[in-house]
Amino acid sequence: MSGIHIKNLNVSYGDTTVTHDVCLDVAEGESLALVGESGSGKSTVLKAIAGLATQWTGQIEIDGVARTHSIDRGIATKCQMVFQDPYGSLHPRKTIDATLSEPLQIHGIKDQSQRVIEQMANVQLDERYRFRFPHQLSGGQRQRVAIARSLMLGPKFLLLDEPTSALDVSVQAEILNLLKRIRLEQNLTYLVVTHNLAVVSFLCDRLAVMRSGEIVETANVSQLKSNKLEHPYSKELLQASRNHTSEKENV
Amino acid sequence: MRNLLNIDNLTVTFPTNNGPVDVVKGISLSLGRERLGIVGESGSGKSMTGRAILKLIRSPGKVKADRLEFDGIDILSQSERQMRSIRGARISMVMQDPKFSLNPVMTVGTQIAEAIKTHQKLSAQEINDKTLAMLKSVRIENPERVLGLYPHEVSGGMGQRIMIAMMLVPEPDLLIADEPTSALDVSVQAQVLDIIDNLVTSKGMGLILISHDLNLVSSYCDRILVMRAGEIVEECVASELHAAKHPYTQGLLAAMPKIDEDREWLPVFEDMSGSQT
Repeated sequence: MSGIHIKNLNVSYGDTTVTHDVCLDVAEGESLALVGESGSGKSTVLKAIAGLATQWTGQIEIDGVARTHSIDRGIATKCQMVFQDPYGSLHPRKTIDATLSEPLQIHGIKDQSQRVIEQMANVQLDERYRFRFPHQLSGGQRQRVAIARSLMLGPKFLLLDEPTSALDVSVQAEILNLLKRIRLEQNLTYLVVTHNLAVVSFLCDRLAVMRSGEIVETANVSQLKSNKLEHPYSKELLQASRNHTSEKENV
Repeated sequence: MRNLLNIDNLTVTFPTNNGPVDVVKGISLSLGRERLGIVGESGSGKSMTGRAILKLIRSPGKVKADRLEFDGIDILSQSERQMRSIRGARISMVMQDPKFSLNPVMTVGTQIAEAIKTHQKLSAQEINDKTLAMLKSVRIENPERVLGLYPHEVSGGMGQRIMIAMMLVPEPDLLIADEPTSALDVSVQAQVLDIIDNLVTSKGMGLILISHDLNLVSSYCDRILVMRAGEIVEECVASELHAAKHPYTQGLLAAMPKIDEDREWLPVFEDMSGSQT
């Protein structure tokens, strides 16, 4: 079965179980959002899929292959993750070129230089930045590098953990456009963690609402747009997000 | 009524390898007992403006102004010692992230008590009562327990509420809130801002809310200044933000995705994205 399928996933950190029987199906080519407050376990689900949180029970199946608890190169080529904070996720002492080549080296892929150049063009990052260090780039440019790095191995699935929440409004718009474009061009599947429902509306087809480690509702984005979420908690979340905008209009 | 704050032609300069850079370029503003929002993106100089008011910009940064007056006091000519009696007591500032602004090795109670002791002479009992009352006013349930906790033991939202309690306990005339909620969840954001809003309105304080979030600022402020690259590009009444005239403000408004989004692509600023070249 293609896509990402998760069944009864319980992830623990030490003695604390963070997610409780999470079941999630992401069809191929789909863009699914996981929304919820901090501490609801949405990032933890991504980490378990990416293999960063190894203490879990249940089933994780990626493109027909079950994920094991250890490092899995096959899954790494199919499924990559982009982190929230581009200031923290890039190695400060590696040039952009080194950062982007590293996945290729690990997987023993040739034409590294060519691929780095191609991928930088793909994320609209000028070639002159290739031998710079992360501190010489702006936040938006760093996030482009992080996205380029995740695409180096030609994955089918991207796990995006709050990809734009550390960015300014205008830069956020650029990165959102970029993510939308590469998804269309390369037919990628996204699993996006975010707390920003407007981002969900722009980038995703479906959303799953999480609260204290459980998925309380899955809905289509059309339901979000037309205010038709069912679970009381989802409604509350939607209301909180809409508040800023509606209050302004009521004044 | 006399203005609480008058700023004429404020410039903040930092030296760099390529010569001095003006991060705030001659802005002027005045503030009564009202809620003023300053919006802008990173690097627009909004936080520097807030810091300049409190004289928190240290050498090698330089602050120049024709006039920087708070309640009749000329801030620029105040000594450090005199500033100490203004900071906290008359003007206080809520910083962005409670994790970095609270002292990690002091309990919450001690920190708030310290804020009171610095500015007022009260007995231990009175200080304790005041601390508890303040924690209650920021809607912390069972404040007795929270008093004894260390900052790492409280959540982000609670940490920020403790910060606010600490800043408001000396009852300042002006509160500068520098991105008070950007480290918090959406649902907690609204709570924290409501608390600030209530306290500010009920005590008749002036508020400067610095944020990058246009929607948030427009719903909690009376007036809005939009800053870009150290300059004020637009000033408007909060309720008329959507009718903003400056292309930058319009661009910012358009660049934000909406919950009922039906646009295929978001508009971006062509001239600002160095990466697009």
